[in-house]
Amino acid sequence: MTGTASVDHTSVAASAPAEAIHIENLHKTFGQLHVLKGVSLSARDGEVVAIIGGSGSGKSTLLRCINCLENPTSGTIRVNGEEIRLKPDGEGGLMPADRRQIERIRSRLGMVFQSFNLWSHRTLIENVIEVPVHVLGVPRAEAVATAERLLERVGLAEKRDVYPAFLSGGQQQRAAIARALAIQPRVMLFDEPTSALDPELVGEVLKVIGDLATEGRTMVLVTHEMKFAREVASHVVYLWNGLVEEEGPPEQIFGAPRSERLQQFLRTVS
Amino acid sequence: MPPAWPTLPELAPIETLLSLFAQASLFELLAPSPPGWGGTLLRGLANSVQIALGAFGIGLLIGTAGAYGKLYGGPVIRDLMEVYTTVVRAVPELVLILLLYYAGTDLINRMLEAMGQPRIDISGLVAGIAVLGFVQGAYATEVIRGAILSIPQGQIEAARAYGMSPLLLLRRITLPAMLPFAIPGLANLWLIATKDTALLAVVGFNELTLATRQAAGATKAYFTFFVAAGALYLLLTLFSNVIIGWVEKRARRGIPAVGGAN
Repeated sequence: MTGTASVDHTSVAASAPAEAIHIENLHKTFGQLHVLKGVSLSARDGEVVAIIGGSGSGKSTLLRCINCLENPTSGTIRVNGEEIRLKPDGEGGLMPADRRQIERIRSRLGMVFQSFNLWSHRTLIENVIEVPVHVLGVPRAEAVATAERLLERVGLAEKRDVYPAFLSGGQQQRAAIARALAIQPRVMLFDEPTSALDPELVGEVLKVIGDLATEGRTMVLVTHEMKFAREVASHVVYLWNGLVEEEGPPEQIFGAPRSERLQQFLRTVS
Repeated sequence: MPPAWPTLPELAPIETLLSLFAQASLFELLAPSPPGWGGTLLRGLANSVQIALGAFGIGLLIGTAGAYGKLYGGPVIRDLMEVYTTVVRAVPELVLILLLYYAGTDLINRMLEAMGQPRIDISGLVAGIAVLGFVQGAYATEVIRGAILSIPQGQIEAARAYGMSPLLLLRRITLPAMLPFAIPGLANLWLIATKDTALLAVVGFNELTLATRQAAGATKAYFTFFVAAGALYLLLTLFSNVIIGWVEKRARRGIPAVGGAN
């Protein structure tokens, strides 16, 4: 599996980097609840897009639609120029039409969850090599070598044979980031990566994510850490009630917000 | 579960029980080769273990499929599974065994005849495994369904998010992750399987209970042989406990001990 098959660069501007994520007019309903009401979002290669917004604004749902952990009700999603083929799910929404396509796309999107979601029956190193070996077909020895390097990088080299439940939340989240990096992701997706952490552990995780941002990784980040978003993001999207209320560079969003709702939101969270 | 057979043997007269202790022939009776009956009992035990292993294995397969059907299947599959688990768990096992053994073999032979094939003689071993496996599957479905529901759903979501196919997810994540939650229930099922083999005595399968009855009937040493059979069942259980304990410890290796256990 190459994972990079048929990347057609349809971007108009020749000079701008290619679009890694492109979402257009995305709707999502849960029963009567209209969570996303036509959201468009784009992340170019090397960009760090931060999605901010209040509770219930739909920001996590938006992120989870990128790899179809939530199926959109309508709209289009393109990852590295490849559109995810969707078909009606029989209940008024959509679902992936081609299981192999969505599995291939997912296997190159490194997702980091709020509650880490490491596999509890596997040690850290086993967690990190799981997807490379069993989904991507990387030879085991090679995967282990990569995993050791990544665990070293997030400061967990000596914990390689420990099971996740015996580690702190911060350590688990750093291991989860190593797991995401192990698949050589085209895009990293962070779903409130520090929201479940004790305050004193937030810093160590943000530092790792910040380092990734500075080395030019493409990332989409849902976060409550406004200061952090301002530091690392190249583009900030403020979501309100299922719609993009305002977006722009962090200086504008945090320094000179135009929308009254965003101004109010920033006052309440700071 | 009380052992059952078509005709109850007469209760041993008290003299027989008392004479047991006077018998210098206790070891002769239990000697592994004739005229001792030890070999017959051990062969019966081996048959019982074979059936229990086979039935438990089939039960695990049916249980896994059944749990998946109940959790992720469409409405039709879910209803079918519900009927299966409800009926099998409602009807006494003895009735099911008689029904499935006689009706089942008859049905297969009728179908073979209808297809122009010759009748086949279904061995007691195969029939026993199939029937008990079918019963075990219903209980295992519920045990495994509960265990899958106990897995933190985020772990399954993470596997999906990283592009695992449903089969890979089952093999690498769901089954090993649900095991610690399933083991107490599955261990119960295994022990029940070893004892349920005794029910196959009613269809004339030569497992431990039938062998014991033969030995006791032939020698009139009822007490000796039924105590011996009881001891063999007990040994089987004790041995099973060692294996189960080892499997459980391994399955729970990623889970911190609760309340100072271990």
